[in-house]
Amino acid sequence: MLELKNISYIVDDNGTDKEIIKDVSLKINERFVAITGPNGGGKSTLAKIIAGIYTPTSGRIILDGEDITELSITERARKGISFAFQQPVRFKGLTVKDLITLAAGKEISVAEACAYLSEVGLCARDYINREINASLSGGELKRIEIAMIIARGTKISVFDEPEAGIDLWSFNNLINVFEKMHDNINGSIIIISHQERILNIADKIIVIAGGRLEKIGAKEEILPEMMTASGACKVLTDKTV
Amino acid sequence: MDLIQKNLLENIAGISAIPEGAFNIRANGALASRNTTENIDIVTKSNQSGIDIFIKDGTKGEKVHIPVIISETGLDDLVYNDFHIGEDCDVTIIAGCGIHNCGSEKSSHDGIHSFFVGKNSKLKYIEKHYGEGGKEEAGGENVMNPTTIINLSEGSYMEMETTQIKGIDSTNRITKAKLQKDSTLIIHEKLMTHGNQYARTEFTVDLDGEDSSTNVVSRSVAKDTSNQIFISKINGNNKCAGHTECDAIIMDNASVSAVPEIMANSTDASLIHEAAIGKIAGEQLIKLMTLGLTEEEAEEQIVNGFLN
Repeated sequence: MLELKNISYIVDDNGTDKEIIKDVSLKINERFVAITGPNGGGKSTLAKIIAGIYTPTSGRIILDGEDITELSITERARKGISFAFQQPVRFKGLTVKDLITLAAGKEISVAEACAYLSEVGLCARDYINREINASLSGGELKRIEIAMIIARGTKISVFDEPEAGIDLWSFNNLINVFEKMHDNINGSIIIISHQERILNIADKIIVIAGGRLEKIGAKEEILPEMMTASGACKVLTDKTV
Repeated sequence: MDLIQKNLLENIAGISAIPEGAFNIRANGALASRNTTENIDIVTKSNQSGIDIFIKDGTKGEKVHIPVIISETGLDDLVYNDFHIGEDCDVTIIAGCGIHNCGSEKSSHDGIHSFFVGKNSKLKYIEKHYGEGGKEEAGGENVMNPTTIINLSEGSYMEMETTQIKGIDSTNRITKAKLQKDSTLIIHEKLMTHGNQYARTEFTVDLDGEDSSTNVVSRSVAKDTSNQIFISKINGNNKCAGHTECDAIIMDNASVSAVPEIMANSTDASLIHEAAIGKIAGEQLIKLMTLGLTEEEAEEQIVNGFLN
């Protein structure tokens, strides 16, 4: 179980303190949790705090009873936290196989690497030796990013807006990937998303707005509220496919 | 050949035993062994130090190994090697120099290689430079100053892969090429400097013939307090196409200078240059750290991939 206790994150904004995350406390124990809310509300920052990319100004992060607040990105990764970037990173010279192997944390056969790529709908043979460079499209990079998380197979997998920047056709496939992950995961998937179809497969929905925890609860409870409350979450309804 | 020499040979030429086909192994300034074939002859020069390599017209699928190894300290080795490649050939030449300098004196190898590539021939030239011991470990400098002169006849194609990854304290690498009609030259340079090393590379390509073309690509990594200078000049003297690209990763307190120069002497010359120098992107390190690598391990992966 992942627990955030009174997490705050303050940055320097031209000499004045700006509070990006304001005293957020929550527990995640479900298989599939969606974090949603308006743009600029602090969702990605919260995900990066979980992964260790940002250090909270105050508050504690507890993973299965252990305080991991002071642990580095590497140490958290080794404790079982994975993070899929919203904008996947490109690497000149490193191939898809290299990254999948690094994600798996051990030497894997081409067949095993191909199996992970097939999971995300990529024809492995065409991709395995490709460089992670500008020749890959945004949608392809997203899928490779997700394949890396599947290869890691950790207990906490955080995805920052996996749907951002991909076309509708790829999006439909992406939903299938997440539905499958939902069925197979041994732990929790945390997805930051604006998409109703992703929220629909979540067990729990967390709404973050203005840096605060606005709502938290079961999908059946939160989703209808969001869809009908036109004033409360207009950004979300506007973005619905 | 002793173990040190065998190890050097493995590093520069990827061979652990006597290679197949034609070869000429030079150790500590003298001929160690040689083999010629029906199509490839190797002859010691009579007027100066070095060899002439003659490859007959129509030779296809053959390799020539010409490694140089130096395991003595204080040795200054200068050789002139001329490669005469006939017409309609398709061959690979693997050169390279390895220095193992465990003494306090400078060891150096200056190889001057001239290529005369015949009409419609295809040549792959692989050159690796590697050093052990040297200034950091033993005090004596490892120095290599290779000069490569390339003459491409009509319709010929040459690909040159030049690599220096480790152990060379000082290098001044000069490559000059002249291209005739319909000929193509592709150069890939991989370079890594560390410690207090110095590396200067200068490519000059004259695109003299109609529809001649070149692509000069350099990828380098400069670590510690090392210093690199990359100069690439392409002269477009006819209807031709030229591209030069330098991509460098800079780390620690190193310095890198990239000077691409293109000159068009014909309105039909199409020339492009690109140069980029930068440190490893923070997000690349973070991505690999989220996979469980330490910052140092992430850096190593990125550098290895970049130079691969």
